[in-house]
Amino acid sequence: MNEEVSSTEVVPVPGRAVAVPSANRRSERRLGWMLCAPAAVVMLAVTGWPIVYSVLLSLQRFDLRFPARKAWIGVDNYATVLGSSFWWNAFAVTVLVTVVSVAVELVLGMVIALVMYRTIVGRGLVRAVVLIPYGIVTVAAAYGWKYAWTPGTGFLTRLLPAGSAPLTDHFPAIGIIILAEIWKTTPFMALLLMAGLALVPEDTLKAASTDGATAWQRFTQITLPLMKPAILAALLFRTLDAFRIFDDIFVLTNGAQNTGSVSLIAYHNLIGGLNLGIGSTMSVLIFVTVALIAFVFVKVLGTSAPDAGRR
Amino acid sequence: MDRTAGGITRWSLVNLLVLLYALVPVVWIASLSFKDPSTFTDGTFFPTRWTLRNYSGIFDNADFVRGLGNSIGIGLVSTLVAIVIGTMAAYAVARLDFPGKPLVLGLSLLIAMFPQISLVTPLFEIERTLGLFDTWPGLILPYITFALPLTIYTLSTFFKEIPWDLEKAAKMDGATPFQAFRRVIVPLATPGVVTTAILAFIVCWNDFLFSISLTSSSRARTAPATISFFTGSSQFENPTGSIAAAAIVITVPIVVFVLVFQRRIVAGLTSGAVKG
Repeated sequence: MNEEVSSTEVVPVPGRAVAVPSANRRSERRLGWMLCAPAAVVMLAVTGWPIVYSVLLSLQRFDLRFPARKAWIGVDNYATVLGSSFWWNAFAVTVLVTVVSVAVELVLGMVIALVMYRTIVGRGLVRAVVLIPYGIVTVAAAYGWKYAWTPGTGFLTRLLPAGSAPLTDHFPAIGIIILAEIWKTTPFMALLLMAGLALVPEDTLKAASTDGATAWQRFTQITLPLMKPAILAALLFRTLDAFRIFDDIFVLTNGAQNTGSVSLIAYHNLIGGLNLGIGSTMSVLIFVTVALIAFVFVKVLGTSAPDAGRR
Repeated sequence: MDRTAGGITRWSLVNLLVLLYALVPVVWIASLSFKDPSTFTDGTFFPTRWTLRNYSGIFDNADFVRGLGNSIGIGLVSTLVAIVIGTMAAYAVARLDFPGKPLVLGLSLLIAMFPQISLVTPLFEIERTLGLFDTWPGLILPYITFALPLTIYTLSTFFKEIPWDLEKAAKMDGATPFQAFRRVIVPLATPGVVTTAILAFIVCWNDFLFSISLTSSSRARTAPATISFFTGSSQFENPTGSIAAAAIVITVPIVVFVLVFQRRIVAGLTSGAVKG
């Protein structure tokens, strides 16, 4: 874990223990602020005001099709959204997709990480090729999955009973959405886990082996506990990433058969419905949910901050 | 690990499974893109009749060519800006001692985990008011913002591995902290910066949500969003081939980058995740 990220105190850099004269120290501080200012200003300007603004919008009746009816209505929008079965269905779909895909990715990612880490032949090739799903544009991959499961066109529908169109049924469609999500993001999970594997000392594993521990015992009793921080960080990152799923669902079903995620229905309320009040309310609710998930991971499970890398 | 013939065979089989996992879906899209439009519905994995017509079709499509240009332009500008200001911030985070450091890191982390959809609704309205809607800057701004956390984290990890003594030596020879930064650290940091630039570019290139939400025409719409508007050149034509060919066109550059810089990208993606 990156300790400078996880804790608020500044960890001294080794070799910098020598006391710096205070004039130098002040100029160092000033330089620190100056160098960070542009990045901080851009990040705050593009996210800070919009967040505040979306909270304000969520408290108004604001439909671009009926601008004259714009008015402050307190928490009515929240009551509307939270009282709608449409929202809760999308919420359930999002949670289902997130939980299943992250769980499968953890297991599959661990297997791929072990293969990349341990294989004795073609290691470079395996590590390179595994990156392809990471590099491919999500929308491009999603179209591949869509056509693979389209009756007549797809090679995968031929494996199913004649006449089946899995993308037009609720659960099969969600299954395909999960499949597309898993395929695309498992390599990233595997890379994070492989970096965790590198932290397990070979000597400890060898000693355990000499003492008669089986491969499974070595894995569950030495490797996994030592990798716990890496696993939790990878889980936190992927959970938050999966929760905002949008691209795959947009291409595969566009929300048909009640397969929309919260991001997708918020988008449809904005672009299709032009309802800024309801759209903003959903945005705020999604943001709050993501913050809650992060809070649970960090406070309850003691996860440290993961890398800011993404798929 | 046994390096016996049996061990090698076993590992080769396992490797093969992993390779198939990564490659089959990509090969499928490629093979769709080479299929003659009359054979789309034969359901075979490989084309029975090969054609390049799908590719010539999309390059005759003005919207797609424009979208590709937008993707490249917007991606490059966003990456460049994110790298310049991200490098400055990462240097400060990795090397300097100042009280704002947790603030910068916390803000980056917050944005890295932020659900993009929560920004789309307010940005849609703000950009319409400011006249940024459906323009390059309208997409470049959010792209920079979402590329910055990755840039700051990855680069500050790279920077921590740079021999610090060289900078100290430069300062002893009378260089100011800024000169030490520019003359000593920047050249040493270039490999890390290049890797980070590739990762940042992938983030921008891969975006779909901002691009379909904050544009309304081909003026600024990027290639992935353009593809989702493909309908075929007439209403009777199936867009499958065009979509597959376009998917391959936007995938190939990234896959080439990723394969060429494989080692560095693995280091960049995993840096900071496990080590301090």
